[in-house]
Amino acid sequence: MAEELKVIVFTLAQEEYGIEVDKVRTIERMVPITRVPKTPSFVKGVINLRGIVIPVIDLRGRFGLEETDHTENSRIIIVAANELEVGFIVDSANDVMDVMSDKIENPPEVVGGIKAKYISGVAKIGESRLLILLNLVEVLSRSEIIQLEQFGD
Amino acid sequence: MEMNQYMSMFIDESNDHLQSLNENMLRLEQQPEDISIVQIIFRSAHTLKGMSATMGFEDLASLTHEMENVLDLVRNDKLSMNGHIFDTLFKCLDALEAMVQDIINGGTGKSDVVDLVQRLKGIVKGDVDGNGVAKSSAPAAAVSAPLVLDQYQLSVLSQSLEGGHKAYYIEVKVQEDCMLKAARAYMVFDALERNGEVVKAFPSVQEIEQEQFDRSFSVYYISQVEESELRDSISRVSEIESVVMNVVDRQSLEELEGSRKAAEQTAEALKQTAATITPEKPLESAESNASSNTARSSAPAAPAAPAAPAGNNAPRTIRVDIERLDSLMNLFSELLIDRVRLEQLASEVRRNDLTETVEHMSRVSADLQNIVLKLRMVPVESVFNRFPRMVRDLAKSLDKKVDLIIVGAETELDRTVIDEIGDPLVHLIRNAVDHGVEPITERIKLGKPEVGTVHLRAFHSGNHVFIEIEEDGKGINRPKVLETAIKRGVVTVEESKNLTDDEVNMLIFAAGFSTADKVSDISGRGVGLDVVKSKISALGGHVAVTSTLGSGTKFSVQLPLTLSIIAAMLIKLGSEKYAFPLTSIVETGSVKRSDIRMLHGNRMIEYRQSIIPVISLAELVDSPDYRDDEEAETEMLVIRKGDKLAAILVDEFIGQHEIVLKPLGKYLTGNQGVVSGATILGDGQVALIVDPNVLIK
Repeated sequence: MAEELKVIVFTLAQEEYGIEVDKVRTIERMVPITRVPKTPSFVKGVINLRGIVIPVIDLRGRFGLEETDHTENSRIIIVAANELEVGFIVDSANDVMDVMSDKIENPPEVVGGIKAKYISGVAKIGESRLLILLNLVEVLSRSEIIQLEQFGD
Repeated sequence: MEMNQYMSMFIDESNDHLQSLNENMLRLEQQPEDISIVQIIFRSAHTLKGMSATMGFEDLASLTHEMENVLDLVRNDKLSMNGHIFDTLFKCLDALEAMVQDIINGGTGKSDVVDLVQRLKGIVKGDVDGNGVAKSSAPAAAVSAPLVLDQYQLSVLSQSLEGGHKAYYIEVKVQEDCMLKAARAYMVFDALERNGEVVKAFPSVQEIEQEQFDRSFSVYYISQVEESELRDSISRVSEIESVVMNVVDRQSLEELEGSRKAAEQTAEALKQTAATITPEKPLESAESNASSNTARSSAPAAPAAPAAPAGNNAPRTIRVDIERLDSLMNLFSELLIDRVRLEQLASEVRRNDLTETVEHMSRVSADLQNIVLKLRMVPVESVFNRFPRMVRDLAKSLDKKVDLIIVGAETELDRTVIDEIGDPLVHLIRNAVDHGVEPITERIKLGKPEVGTVHLRAFHSGNHVFIEIEEDGKGINRPKVLETAIKRGVVTVEESKNLTDDEVNMLIFAAGFSTADKVSDISGRGVGLDVVKSKISALGGHVAVTSTLGSGTKFSVQLPLTLSIIAAMLIKLGSEKYAFPLTSIVETGSVKRSDIRMLHGNRMIEYRQSIIPVISLAELVDSPDYRDDEEAETEMLVIRKGDKLAAILVDEFIGQHEIVLKPLGKYLTGNQGVVSGATILGDGQVALIVDPNVLIK
């Protein structure tokens, strides 16, 4: 039996990505971000989300893509996983989609220059659309932050 | 499940009762003759038993039940407390605590208590010294009777055997259709008492007379008459179904004698270490009679009614879930942010009625803030109350004598601080007992009182709470500390020559430092005091130590009253805003570029007759749009950590504000360098809070 999976679709450098809907708390427009010193460059800082301080990272930077200026379409997707709450800055977020689980394939080695470990699968939608599903646990892994911090010392 | 709603009540109350048990056991150990303390202990144990039976925690109930049996004998003067009984009861309390802890953590509260239950049963059977006298009273156990003899009755029995009498254990069963059980039982007793003496009956004679027994009863009986004759005389009573007789013979008497002697020897040995209490003769005062009667009458109803007459002065308090207080606090902090925003808007709009309203709201919310903060205040007692027991156990295992004197347990601290301060204090107290107070022989040699004293004091002072731990032990040995510090590479030989006594004392907080000659399992692994210090610093507190060689050491812990709302100085650095806790700021001012001198590659300025280092905040946080070296005169903050000062160069002062501490989010927790948290400003933006402790090394 193929199961239906609801995902939030967002774009990053012309590619389409998906995060399961139950991992996403809200999607916000860009708000002022307070820079936090001595953090990796992809950590943009912290924002005030209705009284709670939430760290924000730029997904382009996280995946080693070229960072661009934020536009009208830029969004912050607040995800909750691994007992962490983090905001992802993405180019745009504008769709919710149902994906059948039998349409999800294991990720190839490299997709659009992003390391395979950040990807849990690739879903084929219709004839030509490909949706990259994120492995949130890896994306939110702090081990790289800790390494970077030690490197900085 | 329906039970869930009672669970939190059960947990709260069992913790209370366990605490009271611990406290009163300690008191009883000081005054073993005070039966009123036993009464309190008994009531607590009894309530605990009732509650746990109601909730279905059988191991808890069965253990408390056995404890109750022992305590019952004690309060009725049938048993006097000694070291063994105290130790067993304390072990039971530990087991109970572990079970309750398990229940709190979602477990079933099951635990293997067979061993403890056996020990308690042994005590009830007369094994008061813990070396197995109970085993020699084998005949009683052989017929598996619920009947137990106390020490007094046992000695009556053995004396009768010595005097040529015969002792029997008799179990009588009446017929099922017997109409007048009590009458038949009376006739049996009558027959028995014509030829000898009943030492003990189960159920008790009164209960038998009131027909409070099922079908059988049993007695210990002393007589001159032969077994068969006795059997005849009982069987002659009609409606008796069966009579079982066991002879308590000479062999068991000899066993009894043998183990008694062994018991005496150990008792002799015990006298030298622990205080043994001479057994008192049963004292049937009217008062103890009355109290035991009331307790007995309430006993059958116990599992259903956990209400204990625990004093009339019921405190006028209610229990509130901590989560509710936390969410109240969160909501209030939201309000505080809006208040700051409103004040800002009102000052811009400049309309009198608006300003007045906002001012009034500010006053109300300031009062509200006080109340909300007070709600979260908890007396340090909740941390302190485990220490008397801990010190007792520690002192015992180290063969030392230590008095713990607690002053100011009612001093209140924020719950978040209370939660965190326990472990550091445990460590400091263990340290005081283990390394501070000398062994008894050494103390006597030094002419000090045999019993060492550890003072634990808590008191308010300004915006801080101080907790002091002071003992009258050997004090810190400066040469020894220096020797170790040099050996461990904490300081160099040159440095060590210029250190003041206080600086030397602070060396014991350095990482990897331990002066204990031999490592004990209590403290002295050298990982302790540095952890204590970092934990206290993390709470925004300080720890200091003063010591006099030969007469003791004092650790002084300074803690902030609360961790949730602090007064802070907001500063601007180009486009960014930062907050400094007001508690660490000594002064604000400005400094001319030309006054900053270079010393050894470090920037210094002269400040009140001393030279202090200058730190550029812009450099420290890699400010994107502000450099202080471009200005001729820069604003500065003088901050303090202990007695060290430093000047922090900033762009502009914004002003003093009450800010609500917010964590940075788990993702960024960890090595965050200079930033210790965040706060939300009136305009909704996040400002980072600088940790001054990190700025001064």
